[in-house]
Amino acid sequence: MSNNTVKTDTTASGIGPVEEAGASPYSADNPAPVIEPPRKRTKKTGRATRGNFELYAWLFMRLSGVVLVVLVIGHLLVQLVLDGGVQKVGFAFVAGRWASPFWQVWDLLMLWLAMLHGTIGLRTIINDYAERANTRVWLKGLLYTATVFTILLGTLVIFTFDPNIR
Amino acid sequence: MATPTLEKTDGGAEPGFADSPYITVTFRVRRFNPEVSAEAEWQDFTFEMDPKERVLDGLHKIKWELDGTLTFRRSCAHGICGSDAMRINGKNRLACKTLIKDISPEKPITIEAIKGLTVLKDLVVDMEPFFQAYRDVMPFLITKDTNEPTRERLQSAEDRERFDDTTKCILCAACTSSCPVFWNDGQYFGPAAIVNAHRFIFDSRDEAGEQRLEILNDRDGVWRCRTTFNCTDACPRGIEITKAIQEVKRALITRRI
Repeated sequence: MSNNTVKTDTTASGIGPVEEAGASPYSADNPAPVIEPPRKRTKKTGRATRGNFELYAWLFMRLSGVVLVVLVIGHLLVQLVLDGGVQKVGFAFVAGRWASPFWQVWDLLMLWLAMLHGTIGLRTIINDYAERANTRVWLKGLLYTATVFTILLGTLVIFTFDPNIR
Repeated sequence: MATPTLEKTDGGAEPGFADSPYITVTFRVRRFNPEVSAEAEWQDFTFEMDPKERVLDGLHKIKWELDGTLTFRRSCAHGICGSDAMRINGKNRLACKTLIKDISPEKPITIEAIKGLTVLKDLVVDMEPFFQAYRDVMPFLITKDTNEPTRERLQSAEDRERFDDTTKCILCAACTSSCPVFWNDGQYFGPAAIVNAHRFIFDSRDEAGEQRLEILNDRDGVWRCRTTFNCTDACPRGIEITKAIQEVKRALITRRI
């Protein structure tokens, strides 16, 4: 270092050094607790190998996403834009559409793919952001329950829909 | 010189600048000393230095001339050993490869420990979880042939080229500690471990690629990568880390599907 023009100016900053913290309860023999990061990797971190589940989940997100783009945009066009727009949607319209197996399959596919896509996505978010193991278990339990319920109910309605109901 | 001037001064037209290249810089360092306080706090150091010097030179100046209690790691000081990765102005960099003039020295330069690892003191973190992940991918040559080789294991230039990028890793942890998935879940292997697994998975001489792929197929393996490219941005060696992770993903998929 060839520079001799050192200026010490720690007081002017308004931020005092750590040492000026006053009467501290901590000392070399009694150090403050350090802040551990969430879920640290240790030697014992389990090799919780669950086969290829994560691989399939990852692939499913990509593939279902591509298919959903087609399905959802088609769905929105039919429902909201083509043939009179949103005004036409009513019981009769839905009944007429579900008379055709093509739309039944379309809606079924959309239901399953969208629900599973959303569930896997939310599962990822829960895994990323829920720190405590318990929170994870509960959030994911809630998520899976809601998913199973919605998928089963939707499937049931598509297949057992009776246009002559009332 | 209070004015931080980065530009060249037109062939010394201004005599004041020609004599002294020094500018006044402020280092705002995140200090933590568990023997004094449980709280980390910012401390400013203002001094003069040549903008062509590095952040590490500034830290040396602080430690040697202003405040000897400042604690940080550095070994080779030339970007090879990978011990002085830190968060400079919010980005993970090596202090020994970052020039003052490149990080807008007219404003205070913030310096913190890398994130996602336990801070032990000032800029020193506990690297153990990071190295545990590294060990877990078995970063060494494994061959099925148990006999001691009688000659070198030769390899074609193309085979060597396949994993050339990932051999550059210096294990500084700049990538892993810039990864948002790692911040939230330290059990994720992290970019550095995957890079070092990649280095052996795609090495034609190695025969345990399958095993390493299996390890990275785990819940905390490559599938947790969110492709945010933070690691690629942070890498002081310019390794295309996200690409390497994608290559491991592709290897996993094409092997089985």
